[in-house]
Amino acid sequence: MEDAARLLQLVVNGAAAGCIYGLIALGFVLIYKATEMINFAQGDIMMLGGFFAFALIAHFGLNYWLGALIAIMLTAAFGFALDAVILRRVIGQPQFAVVMLTLGLGFIFRAYAGITWGYDSVGFNTPFTNRTINLSGLVLGQDNVSIIVGTVLLCGVLYVFFSHTRLGIAMQASSQNQLAAYYMGIPVRTVFSLIWAISAGVAAVAGILLSPVSMIDVNMGFLGIKAFAAAVLGGFGSIPGALVGGVVIGIVEQLAGYFLPAGFQEVTSNVVLLATLILRPQGLFAEIAGKRV
Amino acid sequence: MRYLFKTDYRQDLTIWRHRGDLFWYGLLCIALLAIPFVLGEFYVGELGGVFIFAVAGVGMMLLAGYTGLISLGNAAFLGIGAYTNSILLAHGVPLLISLPASGLFTGLFGIAIGLPTLRMSGLYLAIATLAFGSIVGTVFQKWDAVTGGFDGFPVPEPYIFGIPIQSATGVYYLSLAVLVIVLWLSANLLRTPLGRAMVAIRDSEISAQSMGIHLARYKTFAFAISAFITGLAGALFAHYVRFLAPDAFDVLLSVQFVTIVFVGGLGSLHGVIYGALFVRLLPQFIAIIRDELPFGIGRMPGLEPSLFGLVLVLVILFEPGGIYGRWIKIKHWFQAYPLKRRSSFRRQKSYARSERLR
Amino acid sequence: MNLFRAEDIAIRFGGIRAVDAVSFDVQPGEVFSIIGPNGAGKTTIFNLISRIYTPTSGRLIFQDKDITNVPPHRIAGLGIARTFQNIELFANATLLQNLLIGRHCHSTVGVLSELVFTPVVRREELKHREKAEEVIAFLGLERYRDTLIANLPYGVRKVVELGRALCIEPKLLLLDEPSSGLNVEETEGMGFWIEDIKKDLGVTVIMVEHDMNLVRMVSDRVMALNYGKVIALGTPDEVQSHPEVVRAYIGGEA
Repeated sequence: MEDAARLLQLVVNGAAAGCIYGLIALGFVLIYKATEMINFAQGDIMMLGGFFAFALIAHFGLNYWLGALIAIMLTAAFGFALDAVILRRVIGQPQFAVVMLTLGLGFIFRAYAGITWGYDSVGFNTPFTNRTINLSGLVLGQDNVSIIVGTVLLCGVLYVFFSHTRLGIAMQASSQNQLAAYYMGIPVRTVFSLIWAISAGVAAVAGILLSPVSMIDVNMGFLGIKAFAAAVLGGFGSIPGALVGGVVIGIVEQLAGYFLPAGFQEVTSNVVLLATLILRPQGLFAEIAGKRV
Repeated sequence: MRYLFKTDYRQDLTIWRHRGDLFWYGLLCIALLAIPFVLGEFYVGELGGVFIFAVAGVGMMLLAGYTGLISLGNAAFLGIGAYTNSILLAHGVPLLISLPASGLFTGLFGIAIGLPTLRMSGLYLAIATLAFGSIVGTVFQKWDAVTGGFDGFPVPEPYIFGIPIQSATGVYYLSLAVLVIVLWLSANLLRTPLGRAMVAIRDSEISAQSMGIHLARYKTFAFAISAFITGLAGALFAHYVRFLAPDAFDVLLSVQFVTIVFVGGLGSLHGVIYGALFVRLLPQFIAIIRDELPFGIGRMPGLEPSLFGLVLVLVILFEPGGIYGRWIKIKHWFQAYPLKRRSSFRRQKSYARSERLR
Repeated sequence: MNLFRAEDIAIRFGGIRAVDAVSFDVQPGEVFSIIGPNGAGKTTIFNLISRIYTPTSGRLIFQDKDITNVPPHRIAGLGIARTFQNIELFANATLLQNLLIGRHCHSTVGVLSELVFTPVVRREELKHREKAEEVIAFLGLERYRDTLIANLPYGVRKVVELGRALCIEPKLLLLDEPSSGLNVEETEGMGFWIEDIKKDLGVTVIMVEHDMNLVRMVSDRVMALNYGKVIALGTPDEVQSHPEVVRAYIGGEA
């Protein structure tokens, strides 16, 4: 019984971490589907979102919910500007260039955050910090539960947005066929910038949800590397795939940390990533397609 | 402006375009050989570092610049080369054997990472090599029976012809020699069917295949040679730092290698040298002006990586040809003066080439 | 004795039969054209012959040898060269380098001798160069020899791609819409090249083409496809006036 409870707790913790990976991966996937770019700075945008929230809540003393909301909007606006000002210019350049560009941007964001908020870990009070739920003997941190619940809610909102609103459908159309969407009168470039805004916003949500579990610091963007594993496992073109992939990676990681010797936990996500790419490059969900000549 | 009048196909097979080139390269060689007698130990040491990064840059350039394969894991190759060389030396193997051996051993890892990644296109490859690099980095840290873990690994000091290799001068000459050899091998490679096959794969895999190029074989070869050369650089690097710390071979280092090829100019061996000079000398430059910078920017811990990031972003946005590309333009401007036209180097309008089926 | 034969080849993508039980044979020295509306499966047949796709069923016979399972990079070595609909040249290399890549399947030197550039490599390079220069002279491309492909006009690139295929010294040449993107004069020029290739070099040509003037000008026989099926095969005039073909192009009641 003891063991089962311990295991269950590991699974919940893993699922919570996995939701964060999934949310970052979601950002990768949204941008990839639309523009065939991979945003290596996605983790750093999450970091920025976390710091925005920190500044609003801890510095300016805003209410948690209000501060979080404004931080998400700010990050989304930032994502929009990022695409409109910089990334739009490199469409058509080799993918390598785009990879390096976003990597470079990530370094700059980290430096900016370091200058503005310092290099120490910071945190702010949330309604979930240091509270637990006791479910008939199973003790769960509210912070972890809030991550899972928040992710599920966010996914619901995104689902409704993409399938039932005009803008969401326009985004799907632009992702599938730019030219046709353009001919249908969809302002494709603006739509792409909006997609960047959404994925930045999602990253900010991830950063804010994560803050009670692990503090916010400049290097939290390195989580993005684990999110790659989530996205790849999910098939890199599939939004539910990214989330499921994230949760799987999170849980596997926790279990590896528990059952395997030290050091294995850190490489778990990378091993899963490589194994997926080698054994099933199309991922668990998406279809893969070759290039047409 | 010099006009080349070619009268023989053999003229296109030489490494030098004309006798003038030979003269200038010879002069450069003599100057480089003389430098340790003229400059202080600090500068000699720094130049040695530049050579080592140039060697690693050649490895990166063959892979990324000529074959079009993205690798964010080359720091792992450098690390494998460094540890192999040091461990071999510690077991009493002479340097003249351990140096090529570490290159070859690293080359095997290149094949190992090359084979499974063959079917991956650009972005997947970037992610896969990133993962590979970070796994190897963790192995360096945790496998302390072999690597010494976080305690580090002291690099034994060998001698060649009585020159202590770990001195600044020793590293300088050894690295220079390796760099010259590696550049010569690469230049040879690039003027043969092999090099052309690599370029073909970079520009269009599908038609390379229809020209009879075995994609898997040549991509694996590209990884192998890149790993081999980076492994050589790693062996030299061990003598440069004298003490191996497992966290030295991280993603940041891989990004530096990529910065070398991007800033120098993709698809040119000259560019590697410019890129290596830039990447090694920028930190020195920062160190010199650090105290002069306003607002305490100079004391910022993340200054270097962020400057690399900034330069990378600016180069990609405004000068995709890198330093070498800019140099060609400047040279052309002077040669054509006063007839320079704005349109001479106007970039071709490029359209997004989709890898997806539409 | 035919040079190339397709026996009942078929390929399905998902539920779509892109090519459905197509059989034809190509005689040595002829120009064989494949026509048909968009999506009829013409380029798919090329991709099947050059082994980019593997047929779901059927066999491909080249010089009495079954090539259905030959790996794609061996096809050039057998003597089958191709061009692409949307030009797949190596854009960041010079014209000469592009042609030399076409010589790749004739290269016999090993990696180690290439690394040190032995005299053997040098001799072989000179041989390749001579062949490439022959092709340059044949197609009149001298003035562009050292120009990057990216800086060449579209019409010239089409000719370069033809030249690169010729460097393979093919017995069978697959031309995928040689006239697409060319103006009337350039198309006519392309027609003369194809005739010269057939007459002077004795190369057999299979051509996918939309421009009926070009097809009539150079073809010995024409095959018309629609929805992956052969609807007519014969001389250009026969096929062009075939009722099925007219219906496929103009539409109408079946």
